[in-house]
Amino acid sequence: MTRFLWPLAIFLALVGFLAVGLNLNPREVPSPLIDKPAPGFSLPVLHRPDTTLSRDDLKGQVWLLNVWASWCVSCRQEHPLLVELAKAGIVPIYGLNYKDERNAGLQWLSEHGDPYTASIIDADGRTGIDYGVYGVPETFVIDKQGVIRHKHIGPITPQALQEKLLPMVRELNAS
Amino acid sequence: MLRKLLPAVFAVLIHLPAVAAEAVPASEDPVLEERVMRLGHLLRCLVCQNQTIADSHAELAVDLKNEIRDMMRAGKSDQEIIDFMVARYGDFVLYKPQVKSTTWVLWFGPGILLVLGLGTLFVKLRRRVTQAPSPELSPEQKRQAYSLLEQADGGDGK
Repeated sequence: MTRFLWPLAIFLALVGFLAVGLNLNPREVPSPLIDKPAPGFSLPVLHRPDTTLSRDDLKGQVWLLNVWASWCVSCRQEHPLLVELAKAGIVPIYGLNYKDERNAGLQWLSEHGDPYTASIIDADGRTGIDYGVYGVPETFVIDKQGVIRHKHIGPITPQALQEKLLPMVRELNAS
Repeated sequence: MLRKLLPAVFAVLIHLPAVAAEAVPASEDPVLEERVMRLGHLLRCLVCQNQTIADSHAELAVDLKNEIRDMMRAGKSDQEIIDFMVARYGDFVLYKPQVKSTTWVLWFGPGILLVLGLGTLFVKLRRRVTQAPSPELSPEQKRQAYSLLEQADGGDGK
């Protein structure tokens, strides 16, 4: 009897592995930057390019770094959610305007709404490389000490916001 | 006049992208360029995951090649550049995964499975040889068998 059950068992094990494997998202590569200090930057602000904003200016608060660009199609998908989040005033969102034209970025914000406390210009994408950005949009949760605690790859979904990002922000704000 | 020129204009327009594609801004130093490409073959392009950044024309791959080029000009070693990439993009950026405890299954799993499979096959085959009982024939059956064999020999016209 067991000699007939063996192939069935092997087959079921294979199905199990494939089911798990096919449901994983290969685009979501775990970031090595989690629990590491956020890479430093000092970049011009999109609305006032004569002023700069640096990582250390943002210490002492929990904040989100959202990587966006006017050419990024899936950024539109998450944008209303960010605008709503900004209105609720739960956590400041800083934008990293990644490899974009300044005017195109400004126009995009005036069209779709500006959820950002400030956006900074990463024209050549160097800061993006430091943050391991490979698929815009990406969102980082950074704590009061300036440590990256979470990275969300791709557009933020309402589910990801409610179940992961916001609880994390609350927890970090409490500590 | 204009109508006659149109095909020529179109011909030029059609070929423009091809011309543009060839005008990739490479550095003038072929030795450096070769080193960039050699290292680029070891690194994965995370946008187009089954390509190395040397093969890829994705914007991120071009940016990373520029970064490598700059780091090489600054005198960084290959290992330093690889460490730089791994620190930002993780082990997945290495096209050839490192051998370490978390990747043992990946590296040795197939070999172990092969050995196990061959071992099982070997044991099974041996058991079959030793266990298969040679059928005992009764004297009557033996005689029958011999006469059949003789018939077969004779039937061939030998």
